[in-house]
Amino acid sequence: MFLKILSISFILAGFFFFTTATLGLLRFPDFYSRLHATGKGDTLAVLLSLIGLAIYHGFSLTSFKIIFIAVFYFMAQPTATHAIARAALRCGVKPWAKGEKRR
Amino acid sequence: MTEFFLGVGIGLCFLVFLCLYRGVFGPTVLNRLAGISAIGTKTLTILLLMGFVYDRVDMFMDISMVYAILNFIGTLAVAKYLETKGEV
Repeated sequence: MFLKILSISFILAGFFFFTTATLGLLRFPDFYSRLHATGKGDTLAVLLSLIGLAIYHGFSLTSFKIIFIAVFYFMAQPTATHAIARAALRCGVKPWAKGEKRR
Repeated sequence: MTEFFLGVGIGLCFLVFLCLYRGVFGPTVLNRLAGISAIGTKTLTILLLMGFVYDRVDMFMDISMVYAILNFIGTLAVAKYLETKGEV
């Protein structure tokens, strides 16, 4: 029972961070701030959701593999975000400053 | 517990449609790429939740792992292509 409540709270925290990351992707004014919101928020959300699912499943090979997916994503997603941001910088996308129009 | 997983999955599907707005109407290619990457992240979690709903986690987990790797490689390849091209 305690483990069930723990896993439900982990999954709900992950869903909350998914929602905030999506709102940031929709509402922020330029490309770099959108990437900042979705890159960090989605990584934390995947980590929390997958830990919650592994706790619910119990101790087995399957939950070990779920934890492996979480650890892999924790390394892969910041790398992908960094690659997109570096491509944008090399292409000459200027960061947004206060008072400019939304892009 | 199945209803809880189903509810979280339906909420994530709603968020996928919100991300699809950025993927379709994003002003440049880079915005579209960020939106598609976010959709891939949510799909990975939805696949695992569906595995728990159908009680076949051992199968859906492998699909989810492959999806994570493909999402990472695809994003990296498109970013590298845009970087060598030098313009958006």
